[in-house]
Amino acid sequence: MKGYIHSIETLGALDGPGLRVVVFFQGCPMRCKYCQNPDTWALKDGILTDTNTLIKKIENYKPYFGVKGGITVSGGEPFMQAEFLLDLLKNLKKRKIKTVVDTCGYYLSSTVKKCIEYMDFVLLDIKHTVNTEHKKLTGKSLTNVLKFLNYCCSQRKKLWIRQVIIPGINDTKKDMQQLACLVKDCKSIQKIELLPYHLMGKWKWKKLGKKYLLQKKKGPTPEKIRKLKIYLSRQLKCADEI
Amino acid sequence: MKKSTWRNFKGHLWQREINVRDFIQNNYIPYNGDSSFLKGPTNRTQNLKSKVDKLFKLEKKKGGVLDIDTKTVSSLLTYGPGYIDKKNEIIVGLQTDKPLKRGVNPFGGIKMVRKSCQAYGYKLDKRIEDYFHFRTTHNDGVFRVYTEEMKKARENGVITGLPDAYGRGRIIGDYRRVPLYGVDFLIEKKRADRNLLGRKLMDKENIKLSEELYSQIDFLDKLKDMAKMYGFNISRPASNSVEATQWLYFAYLGAIKEQNGAAMSLGRINTFLDIYFERDLKEGLLTEENVQETIDDFVIKLRMARQLRTPEYDELFAGDPLWITESVGGMGTNGKTLVTKSSFRFLNTLYNLGSSSEPNLTVLWSKKLPKNFKQFCAKVSIETNSIQYENDDMMRPLYGDDYGIACCVSAMKLGKQMQYFGARCNLPKVLLMALNGGKDELTGEQIGPKLPVYKTEKLDYKEVMKRYNFYQKWLCNLYVNTMNVIHFMHDKYAYEKLQMALHDTDVERFMAFGIAGLSVIADSISAIKYANVKPTYGKNGLITDFKINGDFPKYGNDDNRVDMMATKIVTDFYNNLKKTPAYRNSKHTLSILTITSNIVYGKKTGATPDGRKKGQPFAPGANPMHQRDSAGALASLNSVSKIPYQCCRDGISNTFSILPSVIGKGIHEQIDNLVTMLDGYFLKGGHHLNVNVLNREQLVDAMKNPQKYPNLTIRVSGYAVNFHKLSKQQQKEVISRTFHCSI
Repeated sequence: MKGYIHSIETLGALDGPGLRVVVFFQGCPMRCKYCQNPDTWALKDGILTDTNTLIKKIENYKPYFGVKGGITVSGGEPFMQAEFLLDLLKNLKKRKIKTVVDTCGYYLSSTVKKCIEYMDFVLLDIKHTVNTEHKKLTGKSLTNVLKFLNYCCSQRKKLWIRQVIIPGINDTKKDMQQLACLVKDCKSIQKIELLPYHLMGKWKWKKLGKKYLLQKKKGPTPEKIRKLKIYLSRQLKCADEI
Repeated sequence: MKKSTWRNFKGHLWQREINVRDFIQNNYIPYNGDSSFLKGPTNRTQNLKSKVDKLFKLEKKKGGVLDIDTKTVSSLLTYGPGYIDKKNEIIVGLQTDKPLKRGVNPFGGIKMVRKSCQAYGYKLDKRIEDYFHFRTTHNDGVFRVYTEEMKKARENGVITGLPDAYGRGRIIGDYRRVPLYGVDFLIEKKRADRNLLGRKLMDKENIKLSEELYSQIDFLDKLKDMAKMYGFNISRPASNSVEATQWLYFAYLGAIKEQNGAAMSLGRINTFLDIYFERDLKEGLLTEENVQETIDDFVIKLRMARQLRTPEYDELFAGDPLWITESVGGMGTNGKTLVTKSSFRFLNTLYNLGSSSEPNLTVLWSKKLPKNFKQFCAKVSIETNSIQYENDDMMRPLYGDDYGIACCVSAMKLGKQMQYFGARCNLPKVLLMALNGGKDELTGEQIGPKLPVYKTEKLDYKEVMKRYNFYQKWLCNLYVNTMNVIHFMHDKYAYEKLQMALHDTDVERFMAFGIAGLSVIADSISAIKYANVKPTYGKNGLITDFKINGDFPKYGNDDNRVDMMATKIVTDFYNNLKKTPAYRNSKHTLSILTITSNIVYGKKTGATPDGRKKGQPFAPGANPMHQRDSAGALASLNSVSKIPYQCCRDGISNTFSILPSVIGKGIHEQIDNLVTMLDGYFLKGGHHLNVNVLNREQLVDAMKNPQKYPNLTIRVSGYAVNFHKLSKQQQKEVISRTFHCSI
């Protein structure tokens, strides 16, 4: 089967446990104002690849995976090419390679549900916890994301929740309360990561002739992130979840 | 006497013959535990360290050399005893009578010594000049025999870094023999060997060996006298661990007083010394604190070792290192680990004394190493950036379990094998010479056999390879012959008497050739095959540059189309070298090693068909060229791991730069991931990995000198970019971000 990918980063250690090869899929339904990979938005800009070639490449890295590592499919939004993703996941499962999918949770078709069955766990990015703000920030409503979250929870699928913290947008205690509210009943969530916003994707916008829409000069301080994490874990009453 | 010095030691074979391995196997205690037993530096250590640090600062302030004794030729007995702080030292001995004062050693070549003195504002004493006016040096000998062709290849840098003007180094004396047996026993054995030789045919080889044995015995006597000046009698075996460390250090000190070799490595002493430390601990003679203090003191001495070099030499090697390589870890052939508590203690000196490139601590990595040790190594790597790793699972089947590493990657059985250091050949220059009909692309000088310059609109792969193969054959023959001259003369005029006295008499020899610029030539040939490469011609009719149209596979992306070319280049070169017999029946080996000298070699090389401009640096060792990898760091590791070790028995060096934040969030994750990465690389068949965990200063340096930090990736969750592909402004931002915020 064929699909569009953006690139492969062979040394990934930040998107899931252990050492991981990160396959960046091409194409995304959201248009986040702070996107660090705007070059992955348009599906047809990608490199057309078939599953076999991809699998062959990935297998070259098996010795590096150890007990915990494996493949992370990121993007872009991997579920935009759900059929292709499913084919890849099935093949990786056959080869006993562990898989993680990094998603914005926008899609939930029957194929997506099948994908969820075949992957080891999900990295779900919740961009904002208020619908109007989510829409402003990403161009899409929060409703789909919540449906996706609920589905994963109902399936007891292992989840890591991520949120990029942007000063003035989602960095208050109230934001953390809302986040805690959304996730606290889901028992299969293993970890919540608060990722500091950064500007290292800005140059890509310029290169694409796009105007960078988020008028922020700086990311949050490490101290700020630390405080938010403590506050969030208090809200969740479970310090080791984060 | 032996009975009391060898008390409680087990085994018999090693007592009858010189057999350090047998002693180790019978007596060492493998350690599988963690690092929690380790002790920090004592007050005494800290005081001594601050004295030494002051001296290092002063040395730096004075332009890199603190002082030179221009009147005395360095040898074992030419200086009186020297101390840093006599009362407070546990292990004593300096190369000259004062710390960091450098001696002169003209046996390799007096020009180098004269130049070095001048460069630092000194003048070599007239008496030495006069004496060496009549005494032939190694350098004199070599130049008496060099042919015009050899001289031209050397001057134009086709074969380069030749050890023809100073000590060749790369020989590891088995320094452990001195503490274990005492010098008298070693002399007795050497005398017996010499007598035995007298019963054989006295031909050229045997007469030569017999004379060498005479020198070996002479210098073992001198070693005893040297120790006596410090108040020690090393004619007998060491009776406790402090003595064992001291005896061993004397043996090494004697070697670096006598020889100014480019790499003067230590071997594999930690597990050997551990046997003495554990005996003393058991007998209640020492505490853990005392043991660490002894090792710390010994390592301080090693960090003070210096040779007098010219500034050009320093430029080539980025400083004036001695490559005091100590191999740590590894597994025994019986499946038991050779890691002991002292393996941990030696690594611990990087905490107690601060990080340092000397001694060059080299971990022999095996999949089966104890987990605790692997994790400790990874932690030390991340926190001190001072360890290199080599594949024990690949070397053990070839060298057994008592080998050491000379310089960076050259394996040899301790006391049983030695190597003739063979510098390296600049392969991109050979390719350019092939295109230019045997002329050097920069000087225009005719070096090789004359052919017409390749005149064409587009370089044709087949024609280029035909030319390259022709010149490769010619060059390999010239290269081996040149080495034969160099090492004949070194044996004759600057023989390593003391180091060879610490080898078996019947020693196995390697001749270690080298390649520089592997990634440049691999990418060049790939460009010629897969893209459209048009040469441009200069006024002198030679090719001076190339225009490349289209893309081509680049080495470092785990792409077999080009990775197999790199493999073939290496294999062909090695097979061609073997066609010319090497001096003294030595076995041809090959390394891909240039860790720092890639910058200088690049300077001396014209533009290449891969798009590299004239004068631009090569990538270090077997590394892919920086800025050409687009698939991330593991892809780059995979490419290098394909270079076959059986053709490169002298080592395949790979430098790997990472930011701690790239391999995980938090130190525990980083440790686990680095361990997994090392397991993976060596399982893939990689030979060596220099893990360069960068700090802020180094990242700033990486902006200016990208070639020093290949495949440097910046990553945050869901994002990756090659550092060198960012603009200066972006790089600055990354630097401030990486080290001010946690990503």
